[in-house]
Amino acid sequence: MKHEKVEKNIGLMGLLIFIVISFGGLAEIVPLFFISDTTEPLKGMKPHSALALEGRDIYIREGCNTCHSQMIRPFRAETERYGHYSVAGEHVWEHPFLWGSKRTGPDLARVGGRYSDEWHRVHLLNPRDLVPDSNMPAFTWLEHAVLDGELTGKKMEALRMVGVPYTDTDIANAKSEVAGKTELDAVVTYLQSLGLILKDKR
Amino acid sequence: MSEFWNWWVILITVVNVLGCWALLYWTRRMKDSGDENETTGHVYDGIEEYNNPLPKWWLNMFNICLVFSVVYLILYPGLGNFAGVLGWTQQGQHAEEVADAKAIYAPLFAKYASVPIEELSKVKQATQMGKRIFVNTCFGCHGSDARGNKGYPDLTDKDWLYGKDAAALEQSILNGRSGMMPAYEEVFDAAQIDGLVQYVGQLSGNQVNEQQADIGKALYNQQCYVCHGVDGKGNVALGAPNLTDNIWLYGGSSTTIAETIRKGRNGIMPAHKEILGKEKSHLVAAYVYSLSDK
Repeated sequence: MKHEKVEKNIGLMGLLIFIVISFGGLAEIVPLFFISDTTEPLKGMKPHSALALEGRDIYIREGCNTCHSQMIRPFRAETERYGHYSVAGEHVWEHPFLWGSKRTGPDLARVGGRYSDEWHRVHLLNPRDLVPDSNMPAFTWLEHAVLDGELTGKKMEALRMVGVPYTDTDIANAKSEVAGKTELDAVVTYLQSLGLILKDKR
Repeated sequence: MSEFWNWWVILITVVNVLGCWALLYWTRRMKDSGDENETTGHVYDGIEEYNNPLPKWWLNMFNICLVFSVVYLILYPGLGNFAGVLGWTQQGQHAEEVADAKAIYAPLFAKYASVPIEELSKVKQATQMGKRIFVNTCFGCHGSDARGNKGYPDLTDKDWLYGKDAAALEQSILNGRSGMMPAYEEVFDAAQIDGLVQYVGQLSGNQVNEQQADIGKALYNQQCYVCHGVDGKGNVALGAPNLTDNIWLYGGSSTTIAETIRKGRNGIMPAHKEILGKEKSHLVAAYVYSLSDK
């Protein structure tokens, strides 16, 4: 094949570029969809509760994941501070995953149980009340926004379609579990549920 | 990885490396006419392109990359299930890092693990180690200067909810605490709560409305003495605060005290057994113990 033919035929060039680029993905990404390390949850893992699921959506809405990662890398400096490194099995039900790529604030992959609920409330409403040097924004409106839970069940149904094992009872009870709670309650519940499955083995 | 995916990865990787090499070999074999001024025939806005072979240094860099990829694939995992000659893994590297650190620090921790906290709080190295762990782990609630926050005890004063007792302190760190003040808004009306606020202020030696305080005292002796004691000095077994020392966990204004009585409080110290482990908790305890000696 002549060089010229490729250069002057944009369709052919596109196809060839696609083939070349797909090599990496075919070898590195495609097998991950089929091997148990990355497709099976850890033993004993449970999907997010209805309230935690709403909290997760608020976490995404407020863009928490732009400053907080949820991915502890296997380096001692990280495991010393945050706990056991993250493993793929922990994230199989995350749609979308919230690993993040930048830490303006600390990693939150195992923040569950580290602080009290009350601490999270005060901290979310005004981080400076607890950490004077913090540059995290205050999320004051969370306290006043009340959830109605209308869509929670539907969200759970959608997640079930992509493999999250919610039961019919979970979905039926979703609304009553969420309705009347504030967004603050939801976010705190979500944060307190993070990373509890792998206990630190230090 | 199953046999299929194993071979899938190997095949693609090998084809990729060989393909690069073939492409390179093929371009190199293109005839060089020797004429430096020969052009490819491309013209764009009057700019023409010379038809010269790839520069040597560039070609050789490509060759080095190819050699590197082969060496890499032999040494490190990359070809399917083949673990690589070095047997390197991420987990292995982490375990190694941890083991190296353990070799350095474990003797230090071990040296102090069996020393009683009272004694350890006077050893400078131990309290410094404790301080480092403290500022990394405890700053969120107690502050990096250990002076606490609203609802989170100041650890530098002489007031101890669970007593100035080394064992209790270590317990607080390892297993956490849950301080519970029930809500009394259903029990007392507004005037009664005002009375209690005045009485509690009086206990701490503040100027109060005596008349109201007397009402408060009567109520206190029916309900509050159970946890806070008849004399108001608290109860270290329950973590009930001493009300006579004018130190206020949630603030000492009448409004805040009234809020505490009305709504109750629930102060939680999370357990750190799994976060820090015993040896580090021991050092943190020594550091915290040393703070109130100053």
